Amino acid sequence: MAPPSRSRRYVNEAGDRIHGVLAQYATPADLFHACEKVRDAGYARWDSFSPFPIHDMEEAMGMKRTKLPLAIAGGGALGAGLALLMQFWMSGSDYPLMKQGKPFASWEPFVPITFELGILLASFTALFGMLAFNALPRHYHPLMKRQRFLASSDDTFFICIEAGDPRFDPEQTRRLLESTHPTAIELVEE
Amino acid sequence: MSSIHPDQATAERLAGLGQVRPHPIPAGSGDGTLIDDPAVRPPLVLNNRSFRDVTDIVCGYVENKPGKWWMPTFMMTATIAGIGGLFILYLVITGIGTWGLNNQVGWAWDITNFVFWIGIGHAGTLISAILCLFKQKWRTAVNRSAEAMTIFAVICAATFPGIHIGRQWMAWFLLPLPNSNWIWPNFQSPLLWDVFAISTYGTVSAMFWYMGMIPDLATLRDRADRRLRAGGEGPVLLPFLPIRIDRIRGYVYGFLAMGWRFSNRHWHRYEAAYLLLAGMSTPLVLSVHSIVSTDFATSILPGWHTTIFPPYFVAGAIFGGFAMVLLLLIPARELYPNMKDLVTKRHIENMAKILLVTGSMVGFAYAMEFFIAWYGANAYEQFAFINRATGPYWWAYWTMISCNVLSPQLFWMKRMRTSAGVVFFVSVLITIGMWFERFVIITTSLNRSFLPGEWHMFFATPVDVMIFVGSFGIFVTLFLLFLRFLPAFPIAEIKAILPQASPHHGHAKGGH
Repeated sequence: MAPPSRSRRYVNEAGDRIHGVLAQYATPADLFHACEKVRDAGYARWDSFSPFPIHDMEEAMGMKRTKLPLAIAGGGALGAGLALLMQFWMSGSDYPLMKQGKPFASWEPFVPITFELGILLASFTALFGMLAFNALPRHYHPLMKRQRFLASSDDTFFICIEAGDPRFDPEQTRRLLESTHPTAIELVEE
Repeated sequence: MSSIHPDQATAERLAGLGQVRPHPIPAGSGDGTLIDDPAVRPPLVLNNRSFRDVTDIVCGYVENKPGKWWMPTFMMTATIAGIGGLFILYLVITGIGTWGLNNQVGWAWDITNFVFWIGIGHAGTLISAILCLFKQKWRTAVNRSAEAMTIFAVICAATFPGIHIGRQWMAWFLLPLPNSNWIWPNFQSPLLWDVFAISTYGTVSAMFWYMGMIPDLATLRDRADRRLRAGGEGPVLLPFLPIRIDRIRGYVYGFLAMGWRFSNRHWHRYEAAYLLLAGMSTPLVLSVHSIVSTDFATSILPGWHTTIFPPYFVAGAIFGGFAMVLLLLIPARELYPNMKDLVTKRHIENMAKILLVTGSMVGFAYAMEFFIAWYGANAYEQFAFINRATGPYWWAYWTMISCNVLSPQLFWMKRMRTSAGVVFFVSVLITIGMWFERFVIITTSLNRSFLPGEWHMFFATPVDVMIFVGSFGIFVTLFLLFLRFLPAFPIAEIKAILPQASPHHGHAKGGH
C-alpha cells in the first residue's frame, strides 16, 4: 500500500491542484530503466503506463507481489464449501429421497458440482477481485484529461510521479525524470 | 530476428526516408514462418509491424467499414437464425413430437447437436487457457476469436437441452430449487452435474473473454476520444440524428473498459488474475466434456457404458473445435486486410498438427471400443458395435470414420497442412464427421436396445433439420457481429510478443 497523501498541496500558476509530473518515453527499454531510477530514488506513490504488460516490470518498479491469488483461493474454497453444504443438506437432510438404493448422502456423486462451483466462485473472485484491487471501475482520472496520455493505449510509455508522494518536490522530481531520457515531461493537474 | 528496429522502420517509412526492406523470406518457408529449424524462432507477426501498426490493424476492423461481403453475409445468416428461431417457437408451442423422436429413441438430433456445439467450444478454451499455461506465444493470434467462438458455441449448445426437456416452461426444475412437492433435484444424476458444468463453463468462458478484452476496449475508447478531441467532422449515426459515432463508441467502449488506464500496477494484478483464470479453465474444460460423457457412460446401455468415454469425448471436442476455429479464421484471413500478418501460415500448420493428433486419438478410441467389446465378451456390447458398423446406420458410422480418422491423415504431409485450402476442406469434413460421431453414439445405441421388440428407427423431421441449421445461423451471426464490433485480436498481448516489446531489446544483438 502506498503511504497516505501528505497535507502539503502543490498548485500551478492558475491555482489548480497538481496531480503529478508525467514523463513520456518512446520504447519499453527506456521506460524500464526510468522505472528502475524512480524506484531507486525511493518514491512510493507513482506509476508507469504501457500499452502491454512488460516482462519483469514488477521488479523494475519495486512492486510487492499481489495478494489477489489468496483472495481467489478463498473464493474457490468458499464455492466448494457452499456446494458441499448445499448437496449434503438438500439430499441428505432436508428431503432424503430413495434413488436406486444409493445412500442419501455419499460424497462421491457430489464431487463434480463441488468442483464446478469452486471454479465458478474462484473465477468471479479473479475478475472482480482484479478490478477491486485496481480500484476499478473508475469513471475519471486526472491523467485521462491529457491528450498525450491517450497514446498509452497505442505505442507510448509513461511514468507519473504523484504530488502526494512524501518525496515529491516539483523541481527535484522533474530533474530526476529529465535524467531518464524522456521524450516529453509535463505537469498534470487534478 | 530482424536486425532493424520495427518502430524505426515505421518511423523512417512515415518520414519518407528510404524504402522498407522486405523481410528476407527463406525459400520453402511459405510466408516466412514455416521454418523447421528449431534453433530459428520464426516471426509471430509478419512484416516488421510496429506497436502502432498492430493497434491500427486490429482497431481498423472495428472502426472502418467492413468489406462489401459483410452485410449480405450477415443478412443471410441472420435470416437463417431467425428461421431457426421460428422453428423453435413452433416446437415450444406444439411439443417435441414434432421431432422424429419415438418411444425408443428419446435422444437424437437434439442431444447430438448439444454435444456437437459444446465440443466446439472446447477448442477456444484450450487455445486461451492450456496454450497460455504452456507459454505458446502463437496463441495470441487466435485466442480472442477462439474464445468468442467458445461463447457462441455454448449459447447454441445450451439451447438444445433447454428445448428438449419438452415442457420448456418447467426449465427451472434444472436449478437447485425445490419443486411443488418440496423435493430437491437429484444430485446423484449426471444430468444435474451437466447443468452445473455447462453453466459454469459458459460463465467462466465469458468472464475470461471479457477480462482479456478490457485493455483492448480501452484502446478503442481512447482512439474514439482522440478523434473527438481533434475535432472536425466524423461519421454520424444517422443523417437526421447528428450524433457522432465516435461519441457512442466513447461511451460504450468506455463503459466496458471500466476505466482501464494501462497502469503497470494494474497490469501486475491483471496478469496474476489472467494466469489463474487460465489455470482454472484448464481443469474446467476437461471436466465439462467428461461430465457430458457421464450423461451416457453412467447408463447401462451397450455402447454407452464404457470408461473410455471421458478422455475420448475431450479429445473429440478439441478435435472438432479446432476444425471450427479454422473454418472461421481461414476465410476471415482472406477477407480482412492485413490479417495474414497476424494469422500466419505457421498458425494454420500448428492447428493442422493438433487436428492430426486429436483425430488420431479419436481413431484410437474408436478402435479401442471395438477391442473392449470383443475382449469384454459381453454379447450385447458386441452386438452394439457390430450393429454400428453394419446395421441400419452403417452409412453414418462410415461417414464418421472417413471424415474423422482418415481425412486428417493428409496432414502427415507438410504440403497439405500448410495449404489453407486443404486445411479448410479437411476442417469441413471433420465438422461433418464430429457431428456424425455424436449421432452414431447416441442413435445406434438407442435404436437397437436389449429386446428386438424395442427396436425403432429414428428419422429426422424438417423441424429437426431446421433447428440444427438455425443454430449454425445463430453461431455465424454472433461471430460476424463480434468481428464487426469487438477487438478480434488481443492487441495488448500481440504487442507484448513483438520483439521490440522486451525491455532488453536492443541491448544484445540477436535477441535474448
